[in-house]
Amino acid sequence: MKVFKGLAVAGLAIAISSSMALVSCNGSSSTSTTDSTSATTNSDDNTILGAGSSFDNPLFSKMFSEYNKTNGLKVNYQSIGSGGGILQLTNKTVDFGASDAPLNGKQDSALSAPVVHIPVTAGAVVIGYNLPEMKDTLMLTPSVLADIFLGKITKWNDAKIAAINKGVKLPATGIIIAHRSDGSGTTNIFTTYLSKVSEEWSTKVGKGSSINWPVGLGGKGNEGVAGSIKQTPGTIGYIELAYAMQNNMAFAKVQNKSGKFITPSIASVTAAADIQIPADGKVSLTNTDAADGYPISGFSWVLIYKEQKYNNRSMDRASKMVKLIWWATHEGQQYSSALNYAPLSPAAVSVGEAILKSATYDGKPILQ
Amino acid sequence: MNAHIKYRIGKSRGFQALTIVLACACVVPLIAILAYIFKEGITKINWHFFTNVPKPVGEPGGGIANALLGSVIVISVASLIAIPVGILCGIYLSENKTTKLAYWCGLCVDVLQGVPSIVIGIIAYFWLVKPFGSFSALSGSIALSIMMLPIVIRSTEETLKLLPDSLKEAAFALGMPFHRVILKVIVPCGISGILSGVMLSVARIAGETAPLLFTAFGNPYLSVSITKPMQTLPLLIFNYATSPYNDWHDLAWGASLVLLAWVLLLNIITKITTRKWKVQL
Amino acid sequence: MKTSLDNSVVTRRNSVLRVINSIKTSDIVRTSKRIKHSYRQIRTEKIFRRTLIFMGVAMVLLVLGIMLTLIVESVPSIKSLGIGYLWGKVWDPVRDIYGAYPFLLGTLLTSFLALAISVPFSFAVAIVLGEYYPKGWLSNLLKNTVELIAAVPSVIYGFWGLAVLVPIVRSFETKVGVQPVGIGIFSASLILSVMIIPYAASLGRAMIQMVPSQLKEAASALGATRWEVIRSVILPYTKSGLFAGILLSLGRALGETMAVTMVIGNTSLIPKNIFSPGNTMASVIANEFTEADHPVYLSALIELGLVLFLVTVVINMIGKRIIKRYTTV
Repeated sequence: MKVFKGLAVAGLAIAISSSMALVSCNGSSSTSTTDSTSATTNSDDNTILGAGSSFDNPLFSKMFSEYNKTNGLKVNYQSIGSGGGILQLTNKTVDFGASDAPLNGKQDSALSAPVVHIPVTAGAVVIGYNLPEMKDTLMLTPSVLADIFLGKITKWNDAKIAAINKGVKLPATGIIIAHRSDGSGTTNIFTTYLSKVSEEWSTKVGKGSSINWPVGLGGKGNEGVAGSIKQTPGTIGYIELAYAMQNNMAFAKVQNKSGKFITPSIASVTAAADIQIPADGKVSLTNTDAADGYPISGFSWVLIYKEQKYNNRSMDRASKMVKLIWWATHEGQQYSSALNYAPLSPAAVSVGEAILKSATYDGKPILQ
Repeated sequence: MNAHIKYRIGKSRGFQALTIVLACACVVPLIAILAYIFKEGITKINWHFFTNVPKPVGEPGGGIANALLGSVIVISVASLIAIPVGILCGIYLSENKTTKLAYWCGLCVDVLQGVPSIVIGIIAYFWLVKPFGSFSALSGSIALSIMMLPIVIRSTEETLKLLPDSLKEAAFALGMPFHRVILKVIVPCGISGILSGVMLSVARIAGETAPLLFTAFGNPYLSVSITKPMQTLPLLIFNYATSPYNDWHDLAWGASLVLLAWVLLLNIITKITTRKWKVQL
Repeated sequence: MKTSLDNSVVTRRNSVLRVINSIKTSDIVRTSKRIKHSYRQIRTEKIFRRTLIFMGVAMVLLVLGIMLTLIVESVPSIKSLGIGYLWGKVWDPVRDIYGAYPFLLGTLLTSFLALAISVPFSFAVAIVLGEYYPKGWLSNLLKNTVELIAAVPSVIYGFWGLAVLVPIVRSFETKVGVQPVGIGIFSASLILSVMIIPYAASLGRAMIQMVPSQLKEAASALGATRWEVIRSVILPYTKSGLFAGILLSLGRALGETMAVTMVIGNTSLIPKNIFSPGNTMASVIANEFTEADHPVYLSALIELGLVLFLVTVVINMIGKRIIKRYTTV
């Protein structure tokens, strides 16, 4: 009798618990089978998978959600960092990658087929800081910036910082450095800049998407670094302009090549990007010559294989993706400013057009 | 003499009080976590929250429908794989205690139980994601099913070992073949112990993030195709919790509450229904 | 072959029965059916037994496969970095220098610190539930609540740690006088120590309950107080069981990924003290696995996974062996 009672109770337990898991699975798996049989052709080709730069994520989430409304194409973009985007593209697990850094030699040699870079947006890496008592905007020169990140300046009221920020009351607390823990194009832009402006940085640390930091805390993604800065008073770190703006974070003015202290903004990034762009789209905007340009800025690229016929990809899928990127570099640009991204200059758009037109499927160009 | 005895009794009482205080202190963090998640999460949860997918930054609203559906699908597929395999393997271990294979098999189950979840994620990436060229919910499910296996196997084995031999002998004496004895007599008798293991394993994997990072990958849209990337609750929480946007934080808190409620509910149901089975997991 | 045998049995029996001349044909049909049925049963039984053995083999293959995959994938790094990888102090992907020492140290620091914090608590729970109050609804509640600690998903621990614990640790650090960062090894250890309480506690409780009551009664009869019974009878008797509980907790702490990743600070530098940020083996894999963009980098990460795998497996195995010896004797 007792056993039966126990069994009944247990049966009830299965009923309740598996109604959450198993039963709903039956429901969903049956829908999934009907879905996949009726829609194998279009459901399969109606999602595009992308991964990479977390810098692009807010803009892409907006752009792709708008594109979905008009075209019904579902774009799944996961912000896993630029390095991750490149690796997943190399492994052919995603349709497109997005990176804030062009491929380097090592990455290029790992690829089985040529990849093209299409500039989609431009952004700035800002020096965000958390000094609750300070009202004025911090000003930094390139050498002081490098010294801070080299760990040579450890206090906020260091004479070198005070010399630039005259009349500003700096706290006597220690400087905490926040940096990216993951491979990232943001890191690449920032360290490329530091390598250009500081001899010591380029010999001791170098540039790259993930480097061995002399000091500091790591955070995963722009989110992680912005989080560290927000949460810890006395922290300084580098993040994308959009992330700093979204969080109402204080960020520093940085002195550019022509000696001006520039506030990072859409205008100053667009100014920095107003230079000659090579035909392959790969160009660094750091330490720009432009007089009003913010020195730590750079393009962000979408990366796709030049030859789209690989791994049984259909023509349809390839052309949908190319059209999506075309849209993103044209109509999609209207969403940039609202999210604090710098719209592409006409020169960059036309370079992108030419590159997109060079993409082929089975040797034939996809866009006519 | 008297003073010495008093001292000893006092020491004993003091120790008793200390252990009780320490033991009760263990509960404090759990209550703090539950209370905090509840406080943060409850205000974000409404009908809209369950039926919508996350919105891009800057647009208010948005929900976790994709992650909820994704979690259910990924866990269900994992259960479909792990439960039959796990129960059969558990039966094997309880029926063959002395063979060499059983020894190695038992050893492997112990090993599997100790494998860190992140390592299972790597394995699933190399076995299923890289060769097939696509992140998929299925690869996530298989990674999770590997995590479920040891719990299901051990609970099955331990439960069946607890059953009296006379039960099996009586069934054999009636001329029942081996498989019928197992499936019609032994397993039904131990079903609630086995189920408790199954439910605990489901509760355990429901909150796993690490194996899904490189497998299920995430998806901002509702998706039911298991060969495509899929969003799950723990992934959504991890991604949005580390983001700086308040909208996304709100989603993460709400999702945390949902996940916590789900996992705790499974645990509590298991505890209540299977109290009499003293299975050591 | 079998069917002819069937038929011969049936016919012989048939002839005998015909002599008696008191049998219905339906009975014969039933008998032959029963025999066929039992053959089918034997066949199914064989299939069933084979399936069981197959499952056992599959389990062994699964574990061997995991190990082999880890080894094969880490061959490039073993080849190019050698054994010195394990105590290399620098992890610098840009220059292709990989040393696992910072992560080994970070892992050991967080795990042992967490263990040191959690052991008094989990033993207190074990003693209270095993010795002082083994029954009653209040102790039942305590037991179930402690077990629920293990049920909370680790990503939720991480999220809570980030939102609640880190600011508390930060204000504590300001008082102590170290750089107030909040996130770091200390925070990670605190979170971990909460997470691993139930493992040692529930095993310890079971072990303490298994102490024969004669021993305890004898000690009490000799005039020992409760504390003296615990110290000189229960603890020595359950020594190895409690140790196994600690090992299981340690195994859990070593492999924990998400909660640690969210609060440890993720830096590849060698931690200076317990408050500085660091990285564990599991967290560095979670952070950098999808980013590793060239073969040696990737395989260095996998080798880290292999080391982690071996360490946790060995610790778990020792723990399990102790428990097994304990429960069977």
